[in-house]
Amino acid sequence: MVPTSYFLVLSAVLFGLGVVAFIFKRNILTVFMSIELMLNAVNLAFVSFSRALGQLQGQVFVFFVIVVAAAEAAVGLAIIILIHRNRGTLDVENVDSLKD
Amino acid sequence: MNEFASQHPLLVVVLPKVVILLFVLLTALAYLTWFERKVVAHIQSRWGPYRVGPHGLLQPLADGVKFLFKEDITPAGADKFAYFLAPFLAMSLAITSIAVIPFGPTGLTIFGQATPTGISDLNIGLLILFAITSMGVYGVALAGWSSNSKYPLLGGLRSSAQMISYELAMTMSVVGVILMTGTLNLSEIVTSQQGFHWGFVPRWNLIGSPMPQLLGFCLFFTAAVAETNRAPFDLAEAESELVAGFHTEYSSFKFAMFFMAEYASMITVSFLATILFFGGWLSPFPQTPLFAWTHYIPAAAFALAGIALIAHGVRYITIFGRIVLPVLGLALFGLGVLFGLPAVIAFVQGPFWFLLKVAIFLFIYVWVRGTLPRFRYDQLMNFGWKLLLPLSILNVVITSLAIAMAQP
Amino acid sequence: MITPQMAVFLVLAAATVAGAVSLILQRHPIHSALSLIVVMVALAGLYLLQGAEFVAAVQVIVYAGAIMVVFIFVIMLLNAGEEERTNISRLARFVGVPLGIVFLFEVAYWIGRATAHLGTTPPEMVSTRELSSLLFREYVFPFELTSFLILIALLGALVLARREDSD
Repeated sequence: MVPTSYFLVLSAVLFGLGVVAFIFKRNILTVFMSIELMLNAVNLAFVSFSRALGQLQGQVFVFFVIVVAAAEAAVGLAIIILIHRNRGTLDVENVDSLKD
Repeated sequence: MNEFASQHPLLVVVLPKVVILLFVLLTALAYLTWFERKVVAHIQSRWGPYRVGPHGLLQPLADGVKFLFKEDITPAGADKFAYFLAPFLAMSLAITSIAVIPFGPTGLTIFGQATPTGISDLNIGLLILFAITSMGVYGVALAGWSSNSKYPLLGGLRSSAQMISYELAMTMSVVGVILMTGTLNLSEIVTSQQGFHWGFVPRWNLIGSPMPQLLGFCLFFTAAVAETNRAPFDLAEAESELVAGFHTEYSSFKFAMFFMAEYASMITVSFLATILFFGGWLSPFPQTPLFAWTHYIPAAAFALAGIALIAHGVRYITIFGRIVLPVLGLALFGLGVLFGLPAVIAFVQGPFWFLLKVAIFLFIYVWVRGTLPRFRYDQLMNFGWKLLLPLSILNVVITSLAIAMAQP
Repeated sequence: MITPQMAVFLVLAAATVAGAVSLILQRHPIHSALSLIVVMVALAGLYLLQGAEFVAAVQVIVYAGAIMVVFIFVIMLLNAGEEERTNISRLARFVGVPLGIVFLFEVAYWIGRATAHLGTTPPEMVSTRELSSLLFREYVFPFELTSFLILIALLGALVLARREDSD
């Protein structure tokens, strides 16, 4: 049998890698995908705790996280399409006209 | 042998089943192409493959050899990883779906190990099939994009948009069956359709209680034909449209893999339709002693087919045909005699009826291809979103009403 | 003691970490998207290993089979090209990355220590029936709210991405 702490360590590692990708990547689509990676890592933690503590609420919450991620992906990608249409670039470094 | 089997169940029981089923599936794929060409040809008043082997029976072999020997071209500027990945993804996903299909009743024992008739018996078998279908979109989308060329890109995007639209209608139309049987396990869905209304009409889900799933079946089959990119919904890959759609730039074996993936998904959809709506491996005759003669139908069918083939083969035109066809007929007759033996007869009932129903569905697939004209793309998308999806939601509502009213 | 479950866990965990690292290191967004799909499917395998079979199926059908398809469509339609290579500074490469890896190991060690009392995952599968009775009885209000949320997101995406017709 696999100890629960192994799953939680894996979830933490994935979350950390998601944060690294979020900070260091320049293409806005890759940044968005790193958000999805972080959400997936959190889902893994939820399922592991739900099984370890014997309750099913964790898995119910995983559903809601998946649904919210879907809604967020839809609206976020629409915004990305608008940025591409209006600014012509997909690079986060170039969308800085609010900076002084 | 039984002790060895109980210590290494994976090796002795599962591996032979996987090998046999894979072999049977791949041969069936090859001969499905022959079957399609013959049936479409006869619908169009011509003969189809006739020269390559008797009645064109060696045509799949010739096609396979041709595909293997063609030059394998990679277009310039193609994204190599996605270009190589797409056909493998499409093909492997389509073939994996055979792992959850039940071919007969449970209770089979090989070398003392109780195993399901089929490779596995998962509690969420139906969801696994839908998961495989939704991953199949990637094969098409990546193939279209990675070819670095206009027509495949357009064809791939259109084709994958069509697939995700009809996937929704397909999964919703099955919810009625799930509500009635209360389980996602494919073997349990089949066994819940046992029994007969009034003694002779089978209780398949098509005419089940409390709500016959006729609308669900029509929606499911239509959506599945669109999902597998077959006529009349094959705009994205038909010859007179966008060259050949998403697999334009593919040659030799990779093209053969897309071809095989399409036929394998046809077979999967036929499996699903028989299991969910037509009783799977259940016989259409009641299992009372009055109808015990129906147990000999598989044996009789094979024996008669063998005799007919021998009688036709000895008068065939070519000498090769006059040798091969009677030998085939003799083999079929031998199989028929084998199925009549008391040791084998109980085992062969389930798979025979199952494969017969699947063959009928494959014939309907090919029949529809040869008969109906193609949809235009905007008509296709309108049909999927504005007609099939609302109807499938309506089906769910009506079925749940019927179930709620039928409860005491 | 490498039991079969442990072997499966190690393979799937290696696949997730490899996919996540590949997401960071790939230059073209399509390859990052493919790596993310690998991560999601491997995570579905991990859910199956823990007995959450329905969540695993939903993860593949919804997350890997629908959300990532939308991502790939957008990448293809916007014709996103490769990122330009920007070399990170020498300080980051020789001090930052090794220190980051050390930090990662430390976090992993402390989480492992803190949750070791939770024991091993129980082997039986969660039945879909229990999960759905929980979802549709206690949590029916959040369930209906999420359907409302999806409707709003659908309308929002439609309105935002629509091409304005010039009069």
